Amino acid sequence: MATPVFEKTKGLTDKQFHYCPGCTHGIIHRLVAEVLEELGVTGETIGVAPVGCSVLAYDYFNCDMHEAAHGRAPAVATGIKRVRPDNTVFTYQGDGDLAAIGTAEIVHVALRAEKITTIFVNNAIYGMTGGQMAPTTLIGQKATTSPYGRSEADTGKPLRVCEMLATIDGAVFVERVSVHDVPHIRKAKKAIKKAFEVQLRGEGFALVEVLSTCPTNWGITPVDSLAWLKDNMLPYFPLGNFRTPEEGK
Amino acid sequence: MATERIIMAGFGGQGVMSMGQLLTYAGMIENKQVSWLPAYGPEMRGGTANCSVIVSDSLVGSPIITQDATCAIVMNLPSMLKFEQNLVPGGKLIINTSLVDREPSRDDIEVYKLPANAIADQVGNPRVANMVMLGAYLALTGLVSTDSVVEAFKKVYGAGKEHFIPMNQQALAEGAKAVLEVQ
Amino acid sequence: MSKVLMKGNEAIGAAAIKAGCKAFFGYPITPQNEIPEYMSREMAKSGGVFVQAESEVAAINMVYGAAGAGVRVMTSSSSPGIALKQEGITYIAGAELPCVIVDVSRGGPGLGSIQPSQGDYFIATRGGGNGDYRHIALAPASIQEAVDLVTEAFDIADYYRNPVFVLADGMIGQMMEPVEFRDMPSRELPEKTWATDGTKNSRKPNIINSLALDPAVLEEHNIKLDKKYQQMEKNEVRVEVFNMEEAEVVLTAYGTTARVAKNAIELLEAEGIKAGLIRPITLWPFPHQAFREIPGTAKAILTVEMSMGQMIDDVKIANEGRLPVHFYGRSGGMCPEPQAIVDKVKEILGGVK
Repeated sequence: MATPVFEKTKGLTDKQFHYCPGCTHGIIHRLVAEVLEELGVTGETIGVAPVGCSVLAYDYFNCDMHEAAHGRAPAVATGIKRVRPDNTVFTYQGDGDLAAIGTAEIVHVALRAEKITTIFVNNAIYGMTGGQMAPTTLIGQKATTSPYGRSEADTGKPLRVCEMLATIDGAVFVERVSVHDVPHIRKAKKAIKKAFEVQLRGEGFALVEVLSTCPTNWGITPVDSLAWLKDNMLPYFPLGNFRTPEEGK
Repeated sequence: MATERIIMAGFGGQGVMSMGQLLTYAGMIENKQVSWLPAYGPEMRGGTANCSVIVSDSLVGSPIITQDATCAIVMNLPSMLKFEQNLVPGGKLIINTSLVDREPSRDDIEVYKLPANAIADQVGNPRVANMVMLGAYLALTGLVSTDSVVEAFKKVYGAGKEHFIPMNQQALAEGAKAVLEVQ
Repeated sequence: MSKVLMKGNEAIGAAAIKAGCKAFFGYPITPQNEIPEYMSREMAKSGGVFVQAESEVAAINMVYGAAGAGVRVMTSSSSPGIALKQEGITYIAGAELPCVIVDVSRGGPGLGSIQPSQGDYFIATRGGGNGDYRHIALAPASIQEAVDLVTEAFDIADYYRNPVFVLADGMIGQMMEPVEFRDMPSRELPEKTWATDGTKNSRKPNIINSLALDPAVLEEHNIKLDKKYQQMEKNEVRVEVFNMEEAEVVLTAYGTTARVAKNAIELLEAEGIKAGLIRPITLWPFPHQAFREIPGTAKAILTVEMSMGQMIDDVKIANEGRLPVHFYGRSGGMCPEPQAIVDKVKEILGGVK
């Protein structure tokens, strides 16, 4: 009899991902799902999907899901968590959703210290709509709405979400991770797990920013994308923990 | 009584709104049809306050009082200048002479004057000037009984404020006396 | 139960709590502030949730979340804030969730004024959100009716899995009248098996969603929604028809304006002119049948609004060209006066004789 050496997490459905080849959303989905399964909360979890590439996340997570309007996932999650305080609630949002149209919602979910967990996927571009400039697009990076490369003079510098949210007391856990190689993927999973544990302990708002790739809209191969992330994004978006619950005590 | 339409006006802090609410509540206690409509908004913050009270035997139509006020109770000068115009011919204008030193311009209305602040001071609290004016109004019209106003007071302010009732009753009585004496 | 004297806004809050509203999300804006203030005070006492959101947009999206999680939920605002809520309202309609939205409307456009207005008829009946959706719009003309309608609104919302809109002008919100909190007819309501309350690993995930990328699937959804809206049109029309027998002129007005119109009818009666009133209580669905039943004595219809003319479009549709339709309106926070309506009626009758 064959012994299984690998089983897909029960935190995901059997629906096939629609993501482009080489996109790291799939990895991040799996990390979140594995954490939910390991914590034994999949059956109690309500996820909130964003507008953007991960808009169809509601088909992939094997828990109750709610599809939000663009940027409003933290507000939707607030509504759910307040009336279902015993359930685990998370939002899964991209950089356009969270760092542009949803800035008010993410700031206020943090300052109210809502007991929810946000997975923030930063790939420095709008993916779903076809590669437009995001608030996190790097200076000089080309996008369909910054065809000559992002200009600081015209558009300012990329927004560092973790650093901003870390100034808010209600954001008790804030960490930036990356998924460009296996050791970093392992670290990312640890951070995601902590972010859910913070919620389970009722300590406040938790956010993990995951640096991610977009080979299709960056216009390079998946392998080159991983290298591009490492070489270009890490220097501007430093990895690490910005807040933990202990720090606040 | 068919329908009484009363405008009450003064500056913020004179208890104009609560005077209106007490009369409205008292009307309700006596099974009359009532409505209370405040002026709200910037003027609330700018220091003047007014409300419209309708007490009727039949269903209250529009809660708004336009040029059909049967009575205007004015606690200060700007209120008199503004609301005198809203009275129907023969309507009652009750003036607080403690703060209004001018005569009304119309001669087709009934004018009643009493120094509500001075009377309130005699009663022992300047804040009951509104009740002095209300007492005068009730003495003139008998719209509701003072018992109903006291009953309303209990409902609006609750048990914690019941010790203020005797002073308010006295203010109602003094207002009534003052307005009847003058006439 | 005995009557109490209450401000409209507070009475609306009290009615919601009595109807089992367990969550309220709002944002300050005049002249509806007494609703969130009341809810912040009373929700805690009744085991409910109150959150003052960072914006009307956030508030309606909190409603969206809480409604999806299966609880009775309400938000309130006033005109400019209601405009902001339109995004959430179309998602809620698309995802077929029940909730109650109260608009204590004020003058517009833009920041407008804070005085009462009926300039939100279009947003209440046509919606400002995108796509093919509808919601019932209830228009109370007294505090008692506001209480009754808000109480029922939660049942209606649950029954159809659809947002219910309550349009109360600033006058209804701010004035005080006696009210009685009475039991309203309740409906048999299905269990909310669709709610996101966790799978408990014992059922398939519930998904609250308004996205359907496949045109055929979305069309099917649109057709399903339309059937639901047709049911509402068939079953939910409410209207008050007043003094219509032998009426020479038919006034039509809703909310506070209908009360002014009734005063005008009394004045006309005194002058020997017979006028009736059609008062839509549901603005959508609109009471078309009442207009078909206007007696043959009627020579004209006069639409009276606290706007420059919005409901008049529906009146013309309902009238189907039978009678001349006239308009009298005040706006910007000015209210129509009974005498002005009387004058307008006389002018119309002079014209049609």
